[in-house]
Formats: sequence, C-alpha cells, structure tokens
Amino acid sequence: MPLSIVLVYSFLEPGDFGGVSWVMSFDAYVQLLFEEDIFDETLSFSTDYLEIFLRSISLGLFTTIACLLLGFPTAYFIATQPPARRNAWLFMITIPFWTNLLIRTYAMLLILRDQGVINLSLIEIGLIDRAIPILYTDFAVCLGLVYAYLPFMVLPIFASLEKLDFRLVEASYDLYATRFKVLKRIIIPLAKPGIAAGCILVLIPSLGAYITPALLGGGKSLMIGNLIELQFGQARNWPFGSAIAMVLMVIVMLSLMAYLNFGAKKRAPGHG
Amino acid sequence: MVDSTAAPAKKMGKAIDLKYQPGFSQIAWLCIAVLYAPIAVLVLFSFNQNRSVTVWTEFSFDWYVKAMNNEGIRHAAWVSLEVAFIAMVIATIMATMAALVTTRTAPYRGMNMAVGVINQPLMVPEVVTAVATLIFFAIIKQLTGVSGIGYLIAAHTAFCIPFAYMPIRARLEDMDLSLEQAAADLYAPPFKVFRRVTLPLMLPGIMAGAMLAFIVSLDDVIITLFVAGPGETTLPLYILGQIRRGVTPEVNAVSTVFLGLSVILVTFIFLFGKGKK
Repeated sequence: MPLSIVLVYSFLEPGDFGGVSWVMSFDAYVQLLFEEDIFDETLSFSTDYLEIFLRSISLGLFTTIACLLLGFPTAYFIATQPPARRNAWLFMITIPFWTNLLIRTYAMLLILRDQGVINLSLIEIGLIDRAIPILYTDFAVCLGLVYAYLPFMVLPIFASLEKLDFRLVEASYDLYATRFKVLKRIIIPLAKPGIAAGCILVLIPSLGAYITPALLGGGKSLMIGNLIELQFGQARNWPFGSAIAMVLMVIVMLSLMAYLNFGAKKRAPGHG
Repeated sequence: MVDSTAAPAKKMGKAIDLKYQPGFSQIAWLCIAVLYAPIAVLVLFSFNQNRSVTVWTEFSFDWYVKAMNNEGIRHAAWVSLEVAFIAMVIATIMATMAALVTTRTAPYRGMNMAVGVINQPLMVPEVVTAVATLIFFAIIKQLTGVSGIGYLIAAHTAFCIPFAYMPIRARLEDMDLSLEQAAADLYAPPFKVFRRVTLPLMLPGIMAGAMLAFIVSLDDVIITLFVAGPGETTLPLYILGQIRRGVTPEVNAVSTVFLGLSVILVTFIFLFGKGKK
C-alpha cells in the first residue's frame, strides 16, 4: 500500500514548500534523463543521474561477485567441518549479520581513513611516504559493501551445501575427476540454488545501500540510496525522489524475476 | 591416482580427503578476519586514553565516562530503547497472530499473497520502504494533524514484523499437530488448547522473534532517518550525526556498548535456536 503511494507521488509535481501539489506530470521521470535549460526551457539529454544509476548497478554487481568469491569457499569450508566446529563458525558469521550496520561501517571508516590503520601501518613499514587516499572512492564503497553483506552470501550457500551428498563427490573421484573438476561439475551445480539466493540477497541491499556510500563514498561516490535521501531531505523534491525510488524498485524487480526464472529453469525436467 | 576404494589410496601414501579443496580454509579465515578486524580496531580504540582513534597511548575508561555523562547520548539511547521495546511488543503480537493464521488454518485464497505481503519488506531495498513510509505518514499527518513519536514507533513495528514472523512460523511448522488434536479430543475448548498447549510450545519461537525484532529496531538507521521528527533522535541517528562531524573515541565507546548489547542478544537467540533441536 505505501509503495503504491510512492508510485502515485512519482507522477506529481513538487509543492512550493516541500510536499506535493496534486498535478499529474511526468516531470520527475523526465528530470532523470534530461536537463532543463533555465533560459529557454529546452531539454537536453543529461547523464548525471544515469551515471549514479550505472555506478550503483556496477558497484552492486561487483560487490556480489566479490562476496561470491569470498563467500562460496567459506561456506564450503564451514559445511565440511565437524558439526561442533561448524556451529561455532556459523555463529561467527551470524554475529556481524545482526550487529549494527552503521557501527560496522564506522569501523571500516576508521581503518580506511588517511590516518587509518592501513595507511599508518603502510607508512610505518616504509612502503609509502604519504597516505594513499582510500576513503571516498568507489573502491572504499565496494569494500564496505562486501564487508556489510558477506554474511548474506555465506549463509544461504552454506544451507545448500549442508545437504550436499558427499557420495557424489566420492563417486566422481573414483571416476578420476580432479579436484577442480569435482568443484566445477559436482559441487557448484548442486549448490546453485544457494548461490543464486546469496547473490540476490547481496545484490538487492547493495543497490539500495545508503549508509555505506554516505560514510565511505563521501560526495563523490553517490549511489541511488543517497540520491533518494537527498531529494527527500535537502532538495525537498518528493516526486523526483519517488521517481528514483520507483526506478530502483523496477531494477530490483527485474533482478528478482531473473532469479525466479533461474529457479524455474532448474526445476524443469531434464535439468534435475 | 585415485583408486576405486579408499584402502588402495591409503597404500599409495595418503588417503584422499574427499571434502578438501585447496585454499578454501584460508579464504574462510580471511573472511573472519575481514568481518572482525574493523570491529576489533573500533573496540580497541574506545579504550584509548588519547583523543586519537588510531594512535594507541594508554588504556582508560575516560571515553565511556564521557559518553555516559553526555546528555545527547543518554536521551538518544532512551528514545532508542523506548521505540525498540514498544515496536518489539506490538510486532511480536502481530507476527504471532500472522504465523498462527498462516500455519494453523486451512489454506485459503490469497494466503500466499498474505505471506508475500508480510515478507515484502525483506525483498525491497530499505530506502524504498523508508520513502514509502515517509510519504504514507505525511499524508496521515496532513489528514489528522496528529504528530509525535507514534509515527516512528509505527514505522519500526511495521518493518520488525517480518523478522519476528520468520522464527515463530518456523517453530509452528516444526510443532507436532497431534498434541493440539489430543487436547481438543479431551474436550479442551479452542482457547484452552491455545493457552495450555500451543502457546507454551511456540514460546521459544516467540522469544527468538521478539529479540530479533528488538535488535532490528535498535539497529535501524535509514527508516528512522526519514521518519523521525525533531527530538526523536535514536542512538544510531546520533552516532551517524557524530560521525559526519568527525571521529572521536566517544563514538567508539558508545558503539562498543551498542555492539556488546547486540552480541548478547544474538547469542541468546543462537542458544534458543540450538536448544530447539
């Protein structure tokens, strides 16, 4: 219900003092792609907002891939541990999952700062003379996102690997498969539902991330989440903010649909 | 090299470890390091005597004392706890009812949709939920003229429900229906069955759900940022404001206390979950 209000709002014009005036218009969506010339009111194509969208999507995808590369081996490792140790590992992964994201991002900021632990220790050992700026770059945002959402990747993959039947692995070794081949042909295909779920769970929050880019990206690495907040906060352009939120929703829906499609294909006969 | 049984492989020098994949354990340890190193640094420097958050000088509790005496922090912590507590109670009650309806009644049309609606906040980016909530409340505010902390509590309740719902539902699905049927067979009226059989059995789920809701409400930044009015600064909002002004060990101290609280709650939930099985 509130979501449909956002949809309605995105088609209205901004009111004079914030809020909205009830006039139907597509201005908010036009504003996304074009820039209005203040003098003759002609529209010219503008990529400013598009750039933010593209950056969000690419950062989101990059984060997902990095999480997968780190998360899959971790999940596999946990799944192959004896049960007692497995629980301890799961607990270790779950704690960051439920602790405050803001505080964790702040911790990341402390490390990445110019006077942060990384830079200071690099200077200490004489590798660099002056601090290399890490904070306020896309790299920092990406690092922060990976750090924030890694548990979302590990847990679903673990859930699907836990049920893995290791007799299949044994059989393939019997058939002279190499370790890599076993991984590629047996383990990964069987863990696919978990991998897909993990990817979607990382991708969706990364796309709409607000805290991480706000703290680690500064003004240079805006993402969609920050853009929306700006429109509702300082710019007081609620329809435009709603329009951006709707576009974000569409992107999320598309990725969800891709995910569901993927699941449906998996269940189709002949692929079992 | 690998033979058809394990024994010949052993004869050749070493048994093959079926589950081993090269490098995976190292990556797992790397993950733990990545997840915990920043937090460790944060906690460490909250005990630093110096103003600096990166150069260690001496151990002290100064920053904790300072944070305790800070009126802003105390107020923010109070608001946070108040909102989280009320939201937890309401969300848990609603989630319990929702879980009962979706597991204990005959499937009805639109039930899947109802489950979808309950879980919808989990699949939508938080910013979008925040925007939706803000606009929704703005309209209500305009129509009724009522303002106050009620909106913030309502917003928190709304997004806490799915988190409370999940463990309660999981618990209900695990439960053996025959106990409830037996009670009904023994002429217990439906309410008595619920109070004497269903409710005690589902209590661990409810407890876990309530604690999750509490943590989620306590941790929330984005939705609070959009919805909170003046004077309704929660602790995370306060911390966010401080961070934007610059880093001080005081923030580290508050964060550490906050972290400690979350860890304790999560540990409880974890133990509850384990006790179940």
